[in-house]
Amino acid sequence: MSQQSVLYDVPGPRQRRLTLIGSVVATVLLLVGAYLLVYRPLDDKGQFSMELWGPLIDPSNENFSLVWDRIGLGFKNTLTAAALAIVSSLVVGTLLAVLRIQLKSLTQRRFTGLATPLAYLLRGLSTLLSAVTRVCVEVFRGLPVVITIFFVARGFPEFGVSFDTLWYLVIGLTIYNSVVIAEILRSGMEGLPGGQAEAAAAIGLSPAQTTRMILLPQAFRIMLPALISQLVVVLKDTSLGFIISYEETLNIGKQIIGVLDNPIQVYVVIAVMFIVVNYALSKLAQYVQRRLSRGRKTAGTPAQNPPPAALAAQSESNGQGI
Amino acid sequence: MSVLIDKFDVFAGGFWLTLQICVLAAVGALILGAVLAVLRISPVPPLRAVGTGYVNVFRNMPLTVVMFFAAFGLPALGSNADFLRVPGLDAVFSRLDTDLPYFRFALIALVLYTAAFVCEALRSGVNAVPAGQAEAARSLGLTFGQNLRYVVLPQSWKASVVPLGSVIIAMIKNSALVGFFGIVGDLSQTADQLTSAEGYAFVPVAIGISIGYLIMTVPLGALLDRIEKRQAVAR
Repeated sequence: MSQQSVLYDVPGPRQRRLTLIGSVVATVLLLVGAYLLVYRPLDDKGQFSMELWGPLIDPSNENFSLVWDRIGLGFKNTLTAAALAIVSSLVVGTLLAVLRIQLKSLTQRRFTGLATPLAYLLRGLSTLLSAVTRVCVEVFRGLPVVITIFFVARGFPEFGVSFDTLWYLVIGLTIYNSVVIAEILRSGMEGLPGGQAEAAAAIGLSPAQTTRMILLPQAFRIMLPALISQLVVVLKDTSLGFIISYEETLNIGKQIIGVLDNPIQVYVVIAVMFIVVNYALSKLAQYVQRRLSRGRKTAGTPAQNPPPAALAAQSESNGQGI
Repeated sequence: MSVLIDKFDVFAGGFWLTLQICVLAAVGALILGAVLAVLRISPVPPLRAVGTGYVNVFRNMPLTVVMFFAAFGLPALGSNADFLRVPGLDAVFSRLDTDLPYFRFALIALVLYTAAFVCEALRSGVNAVPAGQAEAARSLGLTFGQNLRYVVLPQSWKASVVPLGSVIIAMIKNSALVGFFGIVGDLSQTADQLTSAEGYAFVPVAIGISIGYLIMTVPLGALLDRIEKRQAVAR
């Protein structure tokens, strides 16, 4: 209703009548359109035949248990890769965010009390390091995740390191997503009121302690919805495993299609599986967001509105990716 | 490193094709996304349901599935998407010299997928307009259309530029997938071709491909950062 309240008033009797007429007309048009554009072409090509659907929905079909065993295996592989990638990108992303915050505070230090050349050296070094991490973040954020995974799978054997395809996929996903997560957390920490870090410094916490004990927990809390949507992205991105022939759901689907020759039916089933899982995760993100905003009010703490940068990061990670 | 110079035309060709895909897909996605956004904010419940359903389906489905659908599902309905030969578009494609196998399918997949995110970016812009603005406009006697045109849309446009930009950046990155669906000659296909088939050293090829994508994504991201900072000051 919130979206409506901006644009319309509560409808009166005339408006309600118009809306009703509009609804009926729209429904009829939609049904006719769906029949002509979707049902008829599909039916013409015999896409509703039991021969094509049977192995997927009819338990008495000879291929049914075989097909679902394979799909189950693929789904398990997808979830394994997603879980590993999520954990490792959260860990690496957090470390990267902390590192960037620390380096930034180092570049602002003047290193007084040390010999002048040494102070200059340290300042130069910290500026350099901070620039290097910044460039790394920009590069890995700007590269398509497909390319990252492809490069990992091609490049590692080139240097004499070879793993299972699972690990190529996990490493590729981690490289991309840890950078995104680092940026989410960093914008969360930088968006916190300055008083938080100042108060921590005033009671004698070191910069590292301030980050670890004061800034990071709050950033996690504010950015939790954005983080959860990024996890949806990771789950979606595991489907890229097919380019390096990792046996995830889609790849298995491709194998099934190779045997049974029913692409539309198999992809419908796989799409529904992805949609159900991801929709549940997005709903979880919304629930968490509501919980958090309610929790803030009752706790009587000052409202911590995520800064614009944080909101942008959130919208960027809003379930995009592949 | 000599591969970068020797095969410069291959890299440039890949870059050019990727750019074409991105521009065409962006135009298509912006149009379809705008239509979807109108559906989602319309007062008629069935239309709203269609918009919401579309966004939920395509946002939660991996682009890979959409691409597979387009590339291997659609041909089951008609060979080489002949039923998609729209006369005007056909002329554009042949002039761009992009009428490759799977090109249409990949484009359809990218447009369908990205449109859901464009719709959400536009709608979040409309939602960002304070309710008081529209209420004031209504109390002045502006009709629904006038309200949208003079009060809500100009403001919502401002709020949705940055999210829209991130959607387009994400789309450019997503377009890398088309090379793995038989779009011959785009940047990601170039990577595959040069390293595995022609046996060039991996690192220089990787650097060349990365530069190609970074040319498209990084400046756009920097531009968005600047727009965002300006807006933050303006508020």
